[in-house]
Amino acid sequence: MLFQDVISRWPMILNGVGLTIVLSFVAIGLGLVLATLMSALRSLAGSWAGYVVDAYVELMRNTPFLVQLFMIFFGLPQLGIRMNGLEASLLAMTLNLAAYATEIIRAGVDSIHKSQVEAGLALAMSRRQVFQYVILQPAFARVWPALSSQFVLMMLASSICSFVSVQELSGTAAIIEADTFRSFETYIVVTVIYLVLALSVKLALNWLGRRIFPQVSGLARVTEAHGEAA
Amino acid sequence: MPAVLIDDVYKRFGDLEVLKGVSLSVEPGQVVALIGRSGSGKSTLLRCINGLEAINAGRIEVAGHVVDQDPKKLRELRKDVGIVFQSYNLFPHLTVGQNIMLSPRITQNVPTAQAESLAREVLAQVGLSEKFDSYPDNLSGGQQQRVAIARSLAMRPKVMLFDEVTSALDPELTGEVLLVMEKLAQAGMTMLLVTHEMAFARNVASTTIFMHQGKIWESGASKEVFANPQTPELRNFVSAGAK
Ligand SMILES: Nc1ncnc2c1ncn2[C@@H]1O[C@H](COP(=O)(O)OP(=O)(O)OP(=O)(O)O)[C@@H](O)[C@H]1O
Ligand SMILES: [Mg+2]
Repeated sequence: MLFQDVISRWPMILNGVGLTIVLSFVAIGLGLVLATLMSALRSLAGSWAGYVVDAYVELMRNTPFLVQLFMIFFGLPQLGIRMNGLEASLLAMTLNLAAYATEIIRAGVDSIHKSQVEAGLALAMSRRQVFQYVILQPAFARVWPALSSQFVLMMLASSICSFVSVQELSGTAAIIEADTFRSFETYIVVTVIYLVLALSVKLALNWLGRRIFPQVSGLARVTEAHGEAA
Repeated sequence: MPAVLIDDVYKRFGDLEVLKGVSLSVEPGQVVALIGRSGSGKSTLLRCINGLEAINAGRIEVAGHVVDQDPKKLRELRKDVGIVFQSYNLFPHLTVGQNIMLSPRITQNVPTAQAESLAREVLAQVGLSEKFDSYPDNLSGGQQQRVAIARSLAMRPKVMLFDEVTSALDPELTGEVLLVMEKLAQAGMTMLLVTHEMAFARNVASTTIFMHQGKIWESGASKEVFANPQTPELRNFVSAGAK
């Protein structure tokens, strides 16, 4: 096996890794904000807003990411909205992640005992304040592991963006492979890089979760106690 | 003017009629105990007073507010009417201090520094000054309940409602919570409390109300109610040791 041809193109590979990371982080950040807003809408606005959010979530979760990406890249220009591959990828990833994250956050919100909401209301808070100050953080803490996996999945799925000629890691790999004809070596290197990336992100998110939600174990116990008392 | 005025209130859950024409009044500074069997509607009555449940008929006035389901009016009312629940309901992601400061800060716009001194003051009142930075999960049930009381007091309420606040506690922790409530009563707080602690009702509440099947079955001066129950239902209830 000749890894040399592949390894010697490390600046290109590094670029690809960089783009994968940037794409993923931006999409995760924006997607999470969007998901939080949609969850708030589901909980606070009238039922029609809830239906709209639900419909959106179902649409995104029941169609392939590749098709969503093509819809945005090839479909939207028909409506006069033109984007380059990178913009289309960012939008597709953000919208896709937002849908999955909304569904996950919903489970977190639903897991918060009704007595917590009543305690907030009884302290003269509005429903929005209860959502913001009482529900949101424990809900996030509860589902942080599930959100973390979804973030990793999204990062891996960003490889699909190579289909709209974004030269993130997989796109770069395709180019190197075409140049060197060393498919096996190329994809071994890429596989290892994805693996290291995914595991690092996972560890970092675990660490972050423990930092932001220091009393997670306590949260679980408190919910149980409430369940019994109610 | 009474601090709490309940006039011919009816409340149904679906087909189940839980309150069937309840009327009572509580004067400022008065402590009133609500007793009665499980399911007699005590909690429901308390929850109607601060609008956590909407009534079907009748009228409730509390601390100068008419209970109305309009959200804005409800929030104004709830600033003046505190409630403490059986299950404490502290916010697990916030420290004791943050639990207490949250609502004054966001609903009354109390500046942070002032909210903190307020929190320390009410914590001292319930004897837990040293727990300011603890998380609820690290406190005993009795301590959590005292924090819940402090959290309500930080709103500077005019009326306090208590719903079986010691029922989830081990007997040895019940006393510390009752003591806090007794001090509050002595300090002149208007209190309406649902309790299974008959000794507490007899000694601390000036008036005791016995609820039965969604109605006020019997009421009067606490000493009288316990010494001379007039109805067989109350006689049974009192002699059964009240559980
Ligand atoms: N949200 C609700 N939906 C339907 N039924 C309810 C609801 N809340 C209470 N009930 C019913 O109303 C009746 C009175 O309940 P309530 O909690 O007021 O009784 P209680 O006197 O406080 O009893 P306990 O001593 O057990 O706390 C019960 O039969 C109860 O099952
Ligand atoms: Mg009850």
